[in-house]
Amino acid sequence: MTPLEFFLAGTMSAATVFLLAALGELVAEKSGMLNLGVEGMMAISAAVGFVVTYQTGSHLIGFIVAGAAGIGISMIFAIVSITFLANQVATGLAVGILGLGLSALIGKNYESFTVTAPASIQIPVLSDIPLVGPVLFQQNIVVYLTIVMAILISFCLNKTRLGLAIRACGENPKAAESLSYSVFKIRYGAVAFGGLMAGFAGAYASTIYTPLWADGMIAGRGWIAVALVVFGTWKTGRIFLGAYLFGMVSLGELVVQSFGLAVPSQLLTAMPFIVTIVVLAIISSDRARLRLHAPYSLGETYDGSEPQ
Amino acid sequence: MLLQFERRDTPSKTLVFATPFIAIAITIILSSIMLLIQGKSLLTTFFSFFIEPFESTYAISEVFLKFGPLLFIAQALAIGFRAKVWNIGAEGQMIMGAILASSVPVYFTDSDSVFLLPAMILLGAFGGLVWAAIPAFLRTRYNANEILVTLMLTSVALQILYYLLLGPWKDPMGFNFPQTVMFQDAALFPPIIFGFRLNYSLIIPIIFTIFVWIYMEKHFGGFKLTVGGLAPHAATYAGYSSNGAVWKSLLIAGMAAGIAGMSEVAGPIGQLQRSVTSGYGYSAIIVAYLGALHPIGIVFAAFFLSVIHIGGDYALVTADLPISSVHIFQGLLLVSYLASFTLVNYQFKPRKARIVEIESSLT
Repeated sequence: MTPLEFFLAGTMSAATVFLLAALGELVAEKSGMLNLGVEGMMAISAAVGFVVTYQTGSHLIGFIVAGAAGIGISMIFAIVSITFLANQVATGLAVGILGLGLSALIGKNYESFTVTAPASIQIPVLSDIPLVGPVLFQQNIVVYLTIVMAILISFCLNKTRLGLAIRACGENPKAAESLSYSVFKIRYGAVAFGGLMAGFAGAYASTIYTPLWADGMIAGRGWIAVALVVFGTWKTGRIFLGAYLFGMVSLGELVVQSFGLAVPSQLLTAMPFIVTIVVLAIISSDRARLRLHAPYSLGETYDGSEPQ
Repeated sequence: MLLQFERRDTPSKTLVFATPFIAIAITIILSSIMLLIQGKSLLTTFFSFFIEPFESTYAISEVFLKFGPLLFIAQALAIGFRAKVWNIGAEGQMIMGAILASSVPVYFTDSDSVFLLPAMILLGAFGGLVWAAIPAFLRTRYNANEILVTLMLTSVALQILYYLLLGPWKDPMGFNFPQTVMFQDAALFPPIIFGFRLNYSLIIPIIFTIFVWIYMEKHFGGFKLTVGGLAPHAATYAGYSSNGAVWKSLLIAGMAAGIAGMSEVAGPIGQLQRSVTSGYGYSAIIVAYLGALHPIGIVFAAFFLSVIHIGGDYALVTADLPISSVHIFQGLLLVSYLASFTLVNYQFKPRKARIVEIESSLT
C-alpha cells in the first residue's frame, strides 16, 4: 500500500468508531434523550468486547457481548432519567463516570494484551483497482455494515411510522402520547439502541481498530461522537461526513510523520479536540438553524404533565 | 409502567436532607454486592474505607489535604450547576492553573522572595480563569455548548502539560522522568503541622466557602443565578442576563480550580508532574451534587468524599482493591443520588389512584 492509500483506508476505519457511536446517540437524541454517557458506555464495552474476544477468539461473540454491555449500562441511564425523572445531563455524566470505572476494573488483568484483528474482506476485481481498491474495497466487514446502518437509520427516522414516533417523542412528548404512542417505551428503546451502538463502537475500537487493551483507550472519542450529532445538526448524512472528517483528523499524526515535519506529537493528539471546539462554535453560531433542527424537547424530563 | 410518580405540590424539605444518606446507603449496598462478586471481604474493605482514615493523626491530616481542593472546586461548580451552566472541565482549568503557577519556580529556581507564593496564587487563578473564559466566550458569543467545550479543553490542557513535562520544563537532573524540578521552600505553602503534608492552602477554600454561602443565601446576585437555572424565561423577563450567569459561573469555577491546581504543585506534590490533578475536577462534580448544590451541604459532601479517597488508598493495600473501585463508588453514588432526589419533588403514585384514573379516562 502507498502512504496515501494507507491514510485513506485508515480514515475509513477510524471514522467507523465515531460513526457507530454517533448514530446511536442520534437515535437517542431524536427521541428527546440527551445521553452524555457515551464515553463511559464505549469504555465499558471496549473492555468487555476485548476480554470476550481474547477468551473466545471470536470477534462476533465479542461484539454481541459488548453490545449487550452497552445496552446494560444505557439502561441505568434510562431508569434514572426516564423512570426516576432525573436531570439527563447529570445522569449521563454519572453513568459516564461509572462506565469508566467499571471498564478499568474489567480490563484490569488484560493491560497491554492484544488480539488479532480479523482479516479484511477482499472484494474480487474491485479491490485490485489502484487507490480506490485498497481504500474502498479491502475494509473490515464492520466498516461496510456501519455504512449500511447509517442508511437504514436515516430511512427509519425519516420514512417510517417508528421514525415518526421517535421524532414525535423528541419534539413534543405530550402530543406523542395523545397520539397513543408510549413515550416511556419509545425513549427506553431509543436509549437502548444508543447503548447497543456505543457498545459496537467500543468493541470495534478495542478489537479491530487498535486490537489491544489499555485503560483509558477510548480517550475522548465518545465525547467527539456526541459533538458529531450537533455538527450534523441531527441529520444522518451530515453526521456521516463529520465522522469521516474526524477519522481523517485523528490520523493527522501519520501524515505529519510521513512528511517528516517536526510538530510536537502532543499538538497532533490535541488536534481532534481543537477542531471539535472550532467546528462546534461555527455550527452553533447559526442559532436559528440549530433551533430548527434540534429536537425541541431534547434533554427535557417528561413526567406526563403539560410542559411548563 | 411499574413505577409512577406524581409531582408534589411543594418539594419535601425533609427529603432534601435525607437524600444524600439514602444515596450513600444504596451505594454501599451495591458496592457490597460488587465486592462479594469479586470475592473480597466486606469487613476488611469497609474497615479500610471508613475507619482507617481516622486511625492516625497522619491519616486525618491526609483527609483534610484532599478536602481542600474538593471543597474549593465543588463550591465553585455548584454556583454554575444551580444556574444550569455545566462546567465539567474543572480538571482542565486545574491543570492550567498548576502550569501557570509552576512557571514561577521553574524560571526562578533560586529565588526565595516572599512574593513567590502570592505570584503563584495569582498566576494559578489566572490560568484557570483563561481556560474557563474560552468556553464562556464561545457559549455567549457563538452559542457553543459549554459541556463539550470544557471537556475538550481538558484534553487540550493535558496535552499542553505533557508537552511541557517532556520538553522545555523537564528537570535536566530528573533521570528523564516527565516532571519539573522540585520547587524551593519559598514556592511551597508551609505545613500546618511540621512533618505532615497538610498545609495552609486549606484556608483559601474555607474562606471561599464562607463567601459563597453569604453570596448564595443573602445576596441578590446568588438569587438571580438560581432563578436563571430554575426558570430561564422568568429570569429573562425579570431582566437577569443569562450571558452574565454563564460568565460569572465559569470564571468563578475557573479561578477556584486554577488556585486548587496551584495548591497541589505548591503543596503535597511540590513540582509539576503528570498526575497533578488526582481527578479532583471530576470528583468535585459528585461532591457538588451530593451536597445538594448547597454551600453547607457541600462541606459535608467534600469531607465524605475525601474520606472515601483516602480510604480507597488504604483499601488498595489492606483489601487489595483496585484503584478503579473509588471511581466506581463515586459513579454509583451520583447515580443513586440523582435517582433518590426524585422523591424530593415527586411521590409514588399509589396503585389505587392509577386505576381510578384509568377508569375515569375510559368513561
